Order: sequence, then C-alpha cells, then structure tokens
Amino acid sequence: MDASVILFYVISVLLVLSSLMVVFLRNVVHCALALVVALFLIAILFVMLHAPMVGVLQVLVYAGAIMVLFLFVIMFLNPTASEPRRKLWWGFGSAAALLLAASLAALLSNGEAPADPVTATETFGSPETLAKSLFTDFVLPFEITSVLLLVAIIGAVVLAKREP
Amino acid sequence: MVPLDYYLILSAVIFAIGVIGVLVRRNLIVVLMSIELMLNAVNLTFIAFSRYLASMQGQVVVIFVMAVAAAEAVIGLAIVISVFRHRRTLDPQEMQLLKW
Repeated sequence: MDASVILFYVISVLLVLSSLMVVFLRNVVHCALALVVALFLIAILFVMLHAPMVGVLQVLVYAGAIMVLFLFVIMFLNPTASEPRRKLWWGFGSAAALLLAASLAALLSNGEAPADPVTATETFGSPETLAKSLFTDFVLPFEITSVLLLVAIIGAVVLAKREP
Repeated sequence: MVPLDYYLILSAVIFAIGVIGVLVRRNLIVVLMSIELMLNAVNLTFIAFSRYLASMQGQVVVIFVMAVAAAEAVIGLAIVISVFRHRRTLDPQEMQLLKW
C-alpha cells in the first residue's frame, strides 16, 4: 500500500473521531477543542490534495479566528446548565444522519468519478495561480464578498451592542 | 494516490456527523460548531474535485465559502449573545415565540 493511502486512512480515522467528539461531548469547551483538531486535520488533507494555500488559510481563518471567536463567546456566556439527554431524540437524529450518509456515499461513489487524477502541473495550487484565478475570473464575486463581510461586521456590532 | 471516492465518502460521513449535531444538540453554540463542520465537509469535496480535475476553480470557491462561514459565525454568535441576554438560556427548544 502506498504511503499516502496509509496517511489518508490515519487522518480520516482521527477526523471522524474528533468530529464525533464535537457532537457527543457534554462540555462545550471540549467540543470547541475537538473542532480545532478536526479543522487542523482537514487542513492536512488540503495540503495532501495540492492546495497548500487553502490549507494555510484554513488554519489561519478557522483554527485561528473563528475558533477564538467561539471560545470567547463560550467564556463570555459561561453556560453552566447541562442539557437534558433524551434517548429517543438522539436515536432519531442519528438514524436520520446515517440514512443521509449512506445515500450521499452511494450517490457520490457511483463509479463515474475519475479514479486517476489529471496530472497536475508544477504550479498547480500555488498562491500565484490561485491569485491569478481569484483576480481575473472571480473578481466580481471577490468584491461582493468584501461587501458581505462589511455587512457582517455592522450586523454583529448592532446585534451585540448593549441596549441603552 | 488515494482514489477520489475515498475523499467523497469521508466528506459525506463528516457532513452527516454535522447533521446529527444540528438535529439533536440543545446548545446553540454546539449547533453553530456543527454547521462549521458541515461547511468544512463541503470544502473537502471542492478541493478533492479541484485536484482530480486539475482545475483551480474549486480552490477559489473554497476561499469564498470560508469568507461566508466567517460572516455566518460572527452573525450567529452575535445572535446567540443577544438571545442569551434576553432569555438566559442557550436551549433552542426554549425559543418558540414564533411557533404556531
């Protein structure tokens, strides 16, 4: 077996485990820390798929900015009330998700996906090619994204402001 | 080289785990974290297809998804803070003023 396949198996097992911990742990801070692990593992998968720039952004934006925001809100609110655990509801949700996973996997792995990748050029996934694509073909969505971020900032300030 | 199917099945499993979190958890912060997990599963699909079709468009779309996810987290957490300030709870089952 190829070394990359073994690495893929190790990372996927760890990724599924940490994702399950995000969902099933009782303590919210533990959930957030498990989510950081999951995001790091996904960043490693991105690097394995010749997307180093996106992997770095994943670590910076998700594991850095967004997780700090989550932890800040957790510590700010300090939610101490423990959730009641209802077995029926958990069984129902897990069954629905299992059904979804089975149908998605069956749909996605229908054999039409290319088994062997197109051989990538030397510069594939480098910051240079990414920026070239971002600022030529996708320049209008890029500008719209900046407007979206501005709206999000204003909305967050208005929503979280203490009422006089 | 790992076949493309493996990545697709892995991201389907991660997405389903995120769906479990959204459906059954009764803590708004964990629900938001599960949504982040689902967005990441979709990002993984985009990057895998981008590599196997040797097209940069998938990676660009992932950058946009990240920006939207950041905006979503900011607004969602601001709403959580606002709701907690008024109702002193994070349980979505308690938020039923609009329920028919």
